[in-house]
Amino acid sequence: MVAATTPALASGLTWNLGDDLRQLFAFHFMVNAFRAGTVVAVAAAVLGWFMVLRRQSFAGHTFALVAFPGAAGATLVGLSATAGYFVAPVAAAVVIAMVPRTGTGTGYSGESAVVGTVQAFALAAGALFVSLYGGFLNGITALLFGTFLGISDGQVLTLTLVAVGALAVLAVIARPLFFATVDPDVARARGVPTRVVAFVYLLLLACAAAEVSQITGVLLVFALLVMPAAAAQQLTARPGRSLALAIALGLGVTWLGLGVGYFSPYPVGFWVTTFGFATYVVAVGGRALATRRARRVRGHVRVA
Amino acid sequence: MILVVNPVAGLEHIFEHPFLRNAYLAGTAIALAAGLVGYFVVLRAQVFTGDALSHVAFTGAVAALARGVSVLLGLYVSCVVIALAMALLGRRGRADDTVIGSIFAWIVGLGALFLAIYSSSARGSNGTTGVTVLFGTIFGLSGTQAITDALVSLGVTVVLLAIARPLLFVSVDEAVASARRVPVRALGLVFLALVGLTSASATQAVGALLLLGLLAAPAGAARRITARPYVGMWISALIAVGSVWAGLTISYAAPRVTPSFSIVAVATGVYLMCFVVTSLRRARAGARREVAPA
Repeated sequence: MVAATTPALASGLTWNLGDDLRQLFAFHFMVNAFRAGTVVAVAAAVLGWFMVLRRQSFAGHTFALVAFPGAAGATLVGLSATAGYFVAPVAAAVVIAMVPRTGTGTGYSGESAVVGTVQAFALAAGALFVSLYGGFLNGITALLFGTFLGISDGQVLTLTLVAVGALAVLAVIARPLFFATVDPDVARARGVPTRVVAFVYLLLLACAAAEVSQITGVLLVFALLVMPAAAAQQLTARPGRSLALAIALGLGVTWLGLGVGYFSPYPVGFWVTTFGFATYVVAVGGRALATRRARRVRGHVRVA
Repeated sequence: MILVVNPVAGLEHIFEHPFLRNAYLAGTAIALAAGLVGYFVVLRAQVFTGDALSHVAFTGAVAALARGVSVLLGLYVSCVVIALAMALLGRRGRADDTVIGSIFAWIVGLGALFLAIYSSSARGSNGTTGVTVLFGTIFGLSGTQAITDALVSLGVTVVLLAIARPLLFVSVDEAVASARRVPVRALGLVFLALVGLTSASATQAVGALLLLGLLAAPAGAARRITARPYVGMWISALIAVGSVWAGLTISYAAPRVTPSFSIVAVATGVYLMCFVVTSLRRARAGARREVAPA
């Protein structure tokens, strides 16, 4: 599949922006990559924003990794890999949710041991499926580090439907989820069904992780799940604004990564993570500067 | 009569193969260290850090391959350096979830880059190296590698046992420990360095991606069984070593099952069993605090 870039590389980067963009969209697979990337970036930024807020990065990472045995297993038994991508993380979400999370202390470390075990076992199963399937080594690299070449129209449709569904459900539970995240005790006292909300959110997060892993590969999901949200939360404390900022950053990182990945010989996953990380570092640096001039900045925020 | 193949019959000859001797030697030492270190990793809720280090190990190994340096060197250097960096970035020797996530995602991205460089070079044209690093090849360890790993793991074990008491204090009650002048930060640093070393050596046994199977599962099981830390520590080590032995034996008897998978599968099975048994016992003992006010 990687060979597909070669004809385009032959013409290469011209540094003429119009020509480059035309060249970028000349191939159908590239158009599909941008469509899929856009859908995934939005879903990942929104769900990742809550993930960073809820400090469930580890769970999100596990869902992404679980997508690997899902896809490998589905391929092994002859089902569509897309189905495996979604089924396995959702199953993992159910397992993780079954262990109660009591907040701090033993409860939290208990959860992390479960999450770690689920993850290691899932990956081991994936490796077993791959070795049973045999002769699949190019495929395994694509599963782990992503491929944006050869995304079919059907896949784009599936990704879009799942993303829209997940975001719709999230819109319904967003307010109680936010409440339960910021202050679980008060939320519970006010009658918010915190456990149900947390469970539904885990399912949504699993869907988002499954989506991202189809673009960036299971090992690099954090590029779209954590980095934009973390950067946005560094830059502003207001929920609405930082959510919008996370979406914008996610889209920027994805588009830039795909574009640069197309013109360079290096994998797109590398570029997406690098741009995401750069954004995060800039955000952290910017915030450090801002806190130094804290008073003035706070004044500005109130005016704006 | 093809089914006559009796796995047990082969077991008498198991130590006649040098590759199996190496695997058992390195595997035992690595599991001992991973079980003990893992107990503290779970106790301190730093499993995510271990997870991150296992990915760092991948990048370190592939970077070493791409540059033509020894893989062992790449593994140890990258794991220890990143472990110390994460300890320094976090408050009191613990890094924040988001910081860990962002850093290690980028490091894995770098790993993808090195893998691309390496597999397009003449040396790595067969394309299996990345997979080998990710999923481990304990049966492929050479005698020197096995001895190096065993020595490093034993060193980790000795250092960990030496700092076990203050480390336990710090892990359980950081505030009181620092009030009692226990060097919280230094202990956090030393501990993460130990986790780094364990990750590097365990990467060769079960692979970068399956490391958590040895780090989290035995410790999680031990914590389900007993709340007493010293007993739990050794139970965790015992489960880890047992998983490695059982896993290696299963893979020897059934060659299609890769050793990494069988080791992790045994460890997961033990954890699952402990989980179910203790849950049943707790349910029978009556609703204590398990029934959370919903």
